[in-house]
Amino acid sequence: MIEVTNLTKTYGENVAVDDLSFTVRPGIVTGFLGPNGAGKSTTMRMIVGLDAPTSGTATVAGRPLAEHPLPLASLGSLLEAGAVHPSRSANDHLRALAVTNGIGTSRVDEVLDIVGLGDVARRRSGGFSLGMGQRLGIAAALLGDPSVVMLDEPVNGLDPEGIQWIRNLLQDLAREGRTVFVSSHLMSEMELMAEHFVIVGRGRLIQDISAEGLRAMASSDITTVTADRLDDLVALLRADDVTVDSTERGAVDVRGRSPEQIGLIARDHGIALAGLVPHRRSLEDVFMELTADTVQYHGHGSTPIAA
Amino acid sequence: MTATIDTTVIDSTATPAELAFDATGAPPVGRVRTRDVIRGEWIKLSSVRSTWVTLLAAGVVTIVFGLIFSAVADSGEVAGRAALLSDPLDIALGGLSLTEMIVGVLGVLLVAGEYSTGLIRTAFAAVGRRTKVLWAKAAVLGASVFAVSAVAVTAAAVAGQAVYAGDLPTVPLTDALDVLLGATVYLTGIALIGVALGFILRSTAAGIATLVGAVFIGPNLMNLLPESFTDIFVKYLPSEAGSAMMTQVSDPELLSRGAGYAVFAVWVVGMLGLAAYFVRRRDA
Repeated sequence: MIEVTNLTKTYGENVAVDDLSFTVRPGIVTGFLGPNGAGKSTTMRMIVGLDAPTSGTATVAGRPLAEHPLPLASLGSLLEAGAVHPSRSANDHLRALAVTNGIGTSRVDEVLDIVGLGDVARRRSGGFSLGMGQRLGIAAALLGDPSVVMLDEPVNGLDPEGIQWIRNLLQDLAREGRTVFVSSHLMSEMELMAEHFVIVGRGRLIQDISAEGLRAMASSDITTVTADRLDDLVALLRADDVTVDSTERGAVDVRGRSPEQIGLIARDHGIALAGLVPHRRSLEDVFMELTADTVQYHGHGSTPIAA
Repeated sequence: MTATIDTTVIDSTATPAELAFDATGAPPVGRVRTRDVIRGEWIKLSSVRSTWVTLLAAGVVTIVFGLIFSAVADSGEVAGRAALLSDPLDIALGGLSLTEMIVGVLGVLLVAGEYSTGLIRTAFAAVGRRTKVLWAKAAVLGASVFAVSAVAVTAAAVAGQAVYAGDLPTVPLTDALDVLLGATVYLTGIALIGVALGFILRSTAAGIATLVGAVFIGPNLMNLLPESFTDIFVKYLPSEAGSAMMTQVSDPELLSRGAGYAVFAVWVVGMLGLAAYFVRRRDA
């Protein structure tokens, strides 16, 4: 269990994390989402004890991680992929880490197998691809068989097979009763993995919500309708609680009646429906809306060069 | 493709079951022992080829330059810095000014390099009390430099004096032991000052610049200041205190050998202590 209570971190004028409070529970994968610069990495660094909070606390199983007798068994984390010396082999890298917490070489071999680096373990890690480096970081996080697994953007650099592998791995870990906390700035990848979301923007908590809750926010009461006698249908649908807007392609967006209701009205009046499409916003859309005014780094479209 | 985690750790060196994840929430038994952190640092040092190659190079340089200086030295025919070396032992140890640069820079690199890759943060997070990492690194590099230096300066003293072709009497090994010890301790201390600078400045460039500028070149620049002024404090600088540890005849410009050791120890321990303070206090 990770508990963050009124956590604040300021760097001079800049408030990176602003009075953040949330709990990450065991048994499920919890996604930590927010745009770039939202304070996710800073929050994770404070949970691990690398940065001291300006105020507030971040604890693992009730205590700051630095006070745990065997930190690697309490929390396994991947905060910086590529935190390896390029001349060192993956095997030596993990051994050096393992030995500090009394973990033996057989466990090192085990985690290398779990992440699929068993064959290249003796090779210089400098030659690793981005995905392999990521896997090595995950291996390091698993060394202590930890109760809490915390990964910062673990799917960066993984190919689709790797992303699926990590999704299964994290769900397995959660099912075993561990606490799994994963950060990302992409809802599309978290959507398939997480059962609970902590969404932040500009250092502040925006939502602390279950996946069902977020899906409920995503449902919409708009239906796009195309039909042969569209104007007749629209006239039949009009009511005080209904709004009808035309779309560009000769269809209409009806708000206030369910697709079933529209279908029944059309059938009762002999109107043939050509299209009846209920809108469903993706979780990504909901996420974009929630964080819209907290996005700090906007790109701009390319401007055409005047002739 | 599903991955499964075996929750029991079957292992020869770790106490089994005690490290295994327990879903009921019982914490694992054990703690981070200082000797384990030292073992981890030793694995790190020995697993990167360029590190121990550099250590060996430092040793080889000491011997080779000692041989070169000794072979060339002949009473009245030496020039430049070599003319300041008063006897065959000093000439045989002439390579030290290069060796100290190598071991000092190695100390900086080993630490600042981990800051740039981020590995230092992994180490801090894994160990709980960060200063354990600092002292373990210092212990491992210190012991390595001590061992290599002891062998190298002894070999240089013996081989250099064996090829010495001048008129001055050579110094038998048994009489040279305190000079050799002084040289070994000096090189070890410089490497540790490099480690301290690495932790304090956290940057390879800044660390090397400070090491070379403040420790090596600085004292020479002091010659530009009025002598009455420099006479008072120059001998307390690390390089001058180091020279005091290595002199055979007492030099009025330098401290006594005992005082040299004491002052040098204060420098080394003081720098490491300052580094420990920053490591504890600052964001990693």
